[in-house]
Amino acid sequence: MDFYLTALLQGLCFSGIALGIYISMKIFNIPDITTDGSYTLGGGFTGILLLHNQPTYIILPAVILAGAIAGALTGIIHTKLKINALLSGILVMYALYSVNLKIMGRSNLPLNGIPSLFSLINFITNPNQNTLLILLTFVVIITLIIGYLLKTDFGIAMRATGNSETMIRALGVNTDRMKITGLAIANALTAVSGYLITQYQGYADISMGIGIVIYGLGSVIIAEAFINWFKVTSVWISLLLVISGAIIFQFVLALTLSVGIDPIFLKLVTAAFVLLIVGLPRLSFNRSA
Amino acid sequence: MIAIDHIHKVFNKGKANQVDALNGIDLKINNGEFLVIVGSNGSGKTTLLNIVAGSVLPTSGTISIDGNDVTDIPDYKRSQWIARVLQNPVSGTASDLSIIDNFRLAAIRTKPKGLSIGVDEAFKKLVKEKIATLGMGLENKTDQPMDTLSGGQRQALTLLMSIMDSCKVLLLDEPTAALDPRSAEVVMKTADKLIKDFNLTTILITHNLKDAYNYGSRIIQMREGIILKDINTEKKAELKQNDLFDWFG
Repeated sequence: MDFYLTALLQGLCFSGIALGIYISMKIFNIPDITTDGSYTLGGGFTGILLLHNQPTYIILPAVILAGAIAGALTGIIHTKLKINALLSGILVMYALYSVNLKIMGRSNLPLNGIPSLFSLINFITNPNQNTLLILLTFVVIITLIIGYLLKTDFGIAMRATGNSETMIRALGVNTDRMKITGLAIANALTAVSGYLITQYQGYADISMGIGIVIYGLGSVIIAEAFINWFKVTSVWISLLLVISGAIIFQFVLALTLSVGIDPIFLKLVTAAFVLLIVGLPRLSFNRSA
Repeated sequence: MIAIDHIHKVFNKGKANQVDALNGIDLKINNGEFLVIVGSNGSGKTTLLNIVAGSVLPTSGTISIDGNDVTDIPDYKRSQWIARVLQNPVSGTASDLSIIDNFRLAAIRTKPKGLSIGVDEAFKKLVKEKIATLGMGLENKTDQPMDTLSGGQRQALTLLMSIMDSCKVLLLDEPTAALDPRSAEVVMKTADKLIKDFNLTTILITHNLKDAYNYGSRIIQMREGIILKDINTEKKAELKQNDLFDWFG
């Protein structure tokens, strides 16, 4: 049972990435690769600040700001220098590796015995259940903020940006600024995932972000499948599905490990799973067409 | 009034594939005038429309709207005067967004997009009333995503969206080119009614010479980046539909 509780907790930690990718897919139509770097940036920042005994009310804003700057940078490179969105993300992600290493000082930061967000508040004595409660509260607050944002006039304009650029500009939206802001929000969310997972697993690692964009992508694609299936138009239900996607994704990984597949193959299985959920709807669509 | 002065536009200047799209366009369009532009492919009419909209900037020359020099103002800022309907119904609206969200964006075209929720019950009621005037039965589908609608329905809604916020200039870039004849007629009639009701200064580009004959108060023909013919209201009344076909003979 603990096995699946762990998957649930990790899924909740990754819901930041899932929401971030959901936003970057809305404005770019492609997932933002900066994610790999901004996730480690969030984790590394959290690790080093915790080691320096900084309080949470400093760490969390610092992490959000760092992620937002990374995302804004990708947005500026893409909009002002007219560089392909994918390449802009890759460039910033690549450069962030050095930045992250500099921030962390070394490639791994163990946080054994250092009080974290999860030891800060004790609702319940069972540590796993306590973590679950704190994570749930955290994810609910994030979802409420993002949900509200997406429903505002600003949010409508942001969601429209990926659709038809000429028209959205004709409706008085500065699409360049919208992309920069959107990517800043997306990567701030990703950095928050790094913040959560570092405290959850008790260490930050320079390689923790490698390929992490696929977690967000997988979550969003699972969510999109349900959104298209049930023709969901509500912003709240969409966001709920995205977070459920992140949890389902972790459950599938947990299941993979529990049936005894060698952990060496975990990334291969993950890639195959994402391929499956991306590919299946297309295959069945072609047959019916 | 829209004043277009000595507009030149050169694409790929100095390269082997240089295109002189516009070669010195001078045009004054009075308030409330409904100008129809006809011309073969490559005559420069779409470039001219894009220059008025601001999505293409001229190589030289100036353009002003109601006395404001807008030559260097980007398209998203010119939206305070201009509303557009594009040729492709799919790109005229945000496909993934619901009808009501599309209308919300249109209703704040000239205003900043702030951090408050604008889609409330009063707004929904207003939009439903407006959509009901189209007589397409879409007023009960305002929560549906745009991409569930047909091209004709989307073009009609796009037209309606342009008058959701204060609008002086309406740019119609072959709005019916992708539609079947019946939808095309509905869209053109809706456009004509809105233009008259709201006294909009309008530029319509069309390849449909019947529409060019039936609608509008003035007609110009373009060829190779210049204005070949300029037929004002009185002369347009004397014009026969066959004369138009002869222009392309």
